[in-house]
Amino acid sequence: MAQSKHEKIERNVFLMIVLTLMTVSVGGLVEIVPLFFQHSTTTAIDHKGNALDVKPYDPVRLVGRDIYVREGCYNCHSQMIRPFRAETERYGHYSVAGEYIYDHPFQWGSKRTGPDLARVGGRYTDEWQRVHLLNPRDVVPESNMPAFPWLDRPVKADDIQDKMRALNKVGLHKYSDEDIAAAPAALAGKTELDAVVAYLQGLGTAISNFR
Amino acid sequence: MADFISGFWNMYVMVLVALSILFCVFVLVSNMTKREKGPIELHGHVWDETLAEYNNPLPRWWMYLFWITIVFAVVYLAIYPGFGNSNQSRGQWAQYNAEMQAAQERFGPVFAKYRAMDVHAVAADPEAVAMGNRMFLTYCAQCHGSAAQGAKSFPNLTDSEWLWGGAPENITETITNGRNGVMPPFGPALGADGVKDVANYVRSLNGLAHDSVRAQRGKEGFEANCVACHGADAKGNPMLGAPNLTDNRWLYGSSESVIVETITLGRNNKMPAFGDFLGEDKVHLLTAYVLSLSKK
Repeated sequence: MAQSKHEKIERNVFLMIVLTLMTVSVGGLVEIVPLFFQHSTTTAIDHKGNALDVKPYDPVRLVGRDIYVREGCYNCHSQMIRPFRAETERYGHYSVAGEYIYDHPFQWGSKRTGPDLARVGGRYTDEWQRVHLLNPRDVVPESNMPAFPWLDRPVKADDIQDKMRALNKVGLHKYSDEDIAAAPAALAGKTELDAVVAYLQGLGTAISNFR
Repeated sequence: MADFISGFWNMYVMVLVALSILFCVFVLVSNMTKREKGPIELHGHVWDETLAEYNNPLPRWWMYLFWITIVFAVVYLAIYPGFGNSNQSRGQWAQYNAEMQAAQERFGPVFAKYRAMDVHAVAADPEAVAMGNRMFLTYCAQCHGSAAQGAKSFPNLTDSEWLWGGAPENITETITNGRNGVMPPFGPALGADGVKDVANYVRSLNGLAHDSVRAQRGKEGFEANCVACHGADAKGNPMLGAPNLTDNRWLYGSSESVIVETITLGRNNKMPAFGDFLGEDKVHLLTAYVLSLSKK
């Protein structure tokens, strides 16, 4: 019996691997690669082309963001408001790609045990955030969020310059030498609580007209 | 949104999408075989001495499923975004706008009805209060509590005391633009002992246990430093958000140590602005709801 086309592929592992890779790469080539070549995903603009006031995280917020990651906040809090009325009524204007250009890695999350935090900045006072982080039940008796009492300690500041240089390499960040030189001074005397609160209070404020 | 930096990427997506669909068609067509009459051919393999496999074509329903996926892809791309820049007008934002439009048509008249009514009348309307309650639980309860009972440094909204005035326009202003309650620190001016005296005087104004000698001395300190905001009668000033110090209601606590802390370090409290986020219709309803809470 003549060898069928199937048999040619099935009996040649290398050919099979090449063809499989070609097949599965199509999705990425069509859906992911073009994202690197869109204005709305690579510059600080919204989906209508309006400029957004998005800046690289200053040193305090950068440290706060790393603490947010360290404590696993993303396990229960998303940072992505989808364009549905039910979400924009509660959280504010839906998220757009340009807001995230300095987020490495993204904190979009995929699970909401707690509320979305994409526009939490300015929604509560600094004092509320502090009390709430140290013991959420002091302000929201019904809350099931864990307390983070250990945040009231000095930030670890010795690696901030390396972090900023690394972000200059991997992201769209452009921290100048002066920014990097000034970073340790900006962190002097700050607690982890200060840093997280500063980070939270900056979230989502690029779109100031909330709706 | 497909705002590619050059037209190339539009073509790139279209060509790749079209090619992959055509390739699927090619694979399907080239593998279509019909069952011939007569004996069915065997594959060449033999396993376990006697086990062989018939070379049957795929069942026809199975093949139809593949064809249906291709038809689905073509129909989907004809209707929704995906084929380069096509059909952007049916994308997620257009759907969102349609959803908001439908909600506006449904709920707009309800809000408009209450908007046209006086705040006191809205506060007496059970349906409006129920709406206000749901909004309060969504937007306000995190700080003021689910029963509006407040917490330390977050005002109780169910009592009849108002830091910034309880008239409807005051409440609307508070919700819309927020408030900044600032008490400067008086530790340096009064000294540690002077602060304690004033704290005892303030406690005496509320009928709380106090050291009467200290309270007597504290009266002078109070008159020299505190009356500008809290008033000579210590009944406060809603223009400044200065609380009434004679009603035995406490934002931070009534113990001597807390009052000493307040006087020494001052207080900096803030209500965030919600006007931009909520819009005037909702602020109007929330004003009425807050008003309805304090009537008790």
